[in-house]
Amino acid sequence: MVIDAPVDLEALTQRIRRHIVQMVYTARSGHIGGSMSSADILAVLYGRIMKHDPADPQWAERDRFVMSKGHCTPVQYATLAEFGYFPVEELATFRQKGTRLQGHSVIGKPAGVENSAGSLGMGLSFGLGIRLGLRLRGVDSHVYVLMGDGEQQEGQVWEAAMAAAHHEVDRLVAIIDRNRIQNDDFTDTTMRFSPLDEKYRAFGWEVRSGIDGHNLAAVEEALAWARDVRGKPALVIFETTKGKGVSFMENNPGFHGAPPSDEQYAQAMRELGA
Amino acid sequence: MTTTTPSTTGAVAPAATREALGPTLIRLQRDGADVVVVDADLGKSTTARQFRDIYPERFFTMGIAEQNMFSVAGGLATLGYTVFTSTFAVFAEHAFDQLRMSIAQPRLNVKVVASHGGVSTGEDGASAQSIEDIALFASLPTFTVVVPADVVEAEAALEASARTPGPWYIRTGRPKIPVIYTDGPRFQVGKAHMLRDGSDLTIVACGLMVERSLRAAEALAAEGISARVLNMATIRPLDVEALERAATETGAIVVAEEHLVHTGLGAMTAQALAERAPVPMEFVGVPDRYGESATWDQVLEIMGLTADGVATAARKVLARKG
Repeated sequence: MVIDAPVDLEALTQRIRRHIVQMVYTARSGHIGGSMSSADILAVLYGRIMKHDPADPQWAERDRFVMSKGHCTPVQYATLAEFGYFPVEELATFRQKGTRLQGHSVIGKPAGVENSAGSLGMGLSFGLGIRLGLRLRGVDSHVYVLMGDGEQQEGQVWEAAMAAAHHEVDRLVAIIDRNRIQNDDFTDTTMRFSPLDEKYRAFGWEVRSGIDGHNLAAVEEALAWARDVRGKPALVIFETTKGKGVSFMENNPGFHGAPPSDEQYAQAMRELGA
Repeated sequence: MTTTTPSTTGAVAPAATREALGPTLIRLQRDGADVVVVDADLGKSTTARQFRDIYPERFFTMGIAEQNMFSVAGGLATLGYTVFTSTFAVFAEHAFDQLRMSIAQPRLNVKVVASHGGVSTGEDGASAQSIEDIALFASLPTFTVVVPADVVEAEAALEASARTPGPWYIRTGRPKIPVIYTDGPRFQVGKAHMLRDGSDLTIVACGLMVERSLRAAEALAAEGISARVLNMATIRPLDVEALERAATETGAIVVAEEHLVHTGLGAMTAQALAERAPVPMEFVGVPDRYGESATWDQVLEIMGLTADGVATAARKVLARKG
């Protein structure tokens, strides 16, 4: 049930980015910046790494994707739609009355969303719980948890980091989208937490850092490495650009949670090849 | 899968409601309830650790980290386990947003069994005395909230929670208190149990205030006052039918609880009756203050949570009833 069709990742990531801009523009709200920075990571996860079956989203042996940075639903929904979990047309309902596509992740809405999120810092714990449960059942499936970098300021993340190492949980892969910008400002201005890699290593994790999160081959290589780590939890820290793909959004703290204007929308779509 | 025979309580000696947890967890797993336990370093006190001795692979210690414990519990529950977490009531309060987002909103099958509830933790003082927990858990949509009146009822509530998917909060206590249900439990989720009928007023109580309310009813009977006593073990969903019958048939209500008086069972009872059958009411609970160190029964006395306190409230409400 692995997605083994030769997905054209370059084209896929462009479509995901256009969906993201379109969704937030249509909804007049939503989080573009951190969705754009994670687009390549999600495309590779669903296209190359994870064992999953969009036709059977409750498949007991599927790998799980836990979205811890729950505000970045645009990239999550766009990716799920592109892989056939629900019709791409439904993306137009994002954040609107009656929609399944809630502003922040809600478990089961739609099928393929494995957790509720929006309060930062909980996803690694939730993913750890899933992996502990799978291990007790004797199921070898993986759990991939995507966190933001600003999210590392939440104390619960470190409770989970400690517990995952203590319980020698493998097949638990944490991913950090290190785009260096959080809600109000740059992470270094708001609350420094570097070096992340050494902190996680000190907690007992296998870590790869400094990976270009927009180089699809590098993303795939790093995630494949993390998938195969045994005896310990694994972390990949991807260096990314917030707002990646649209010139005036890139590395711009103004596009964390604000929608584009009409002109910005038009230009963004042009730059994304629409 | 479960039994209604009280096994922790062949004896009628006083017992703490927390003593029900460990033995009941073991029996539930033995009966096939697919139990896992997530713990935050208080398993000896909550008695959850007894489960670890029999089923170590199903017992996950998270250290002193309640936020992580509750979110891990939510993740485990997605796989179909019956997940029990245990800590002290005040430390469950420590992780409210995790309870909200990792358990309540996704409506996952996690049972939060918090011991050392109320002010009857005694000597440990204000920081260890949970006077807000019922308000917090009752404020979470999807949570069932239960405060057992004795160890027999605690066991029955734990068994019922394992049979009923969804989030539950069960508050247990530290001190050894008298056993009421010596001939077996009557617990039904969402249903009050009438321990004593009466016609002049109704005392609605939960937890250790149930036994104290029974003693108050005895004292009132000696004065010719007939008091009904309802054990409202389930705070949510509240048995509004039983409350309406009590208001209609007895015309006056006293609520007694080991919790802040303005945010617990009393406040919820008043809201329900304001809609259905308003009658004079009086409230016995922790006044708007924190606790302090003393023996557990001394702290209850300081707070007015005694049989005398309940009887006084009863006389007051009867005077208002006219």
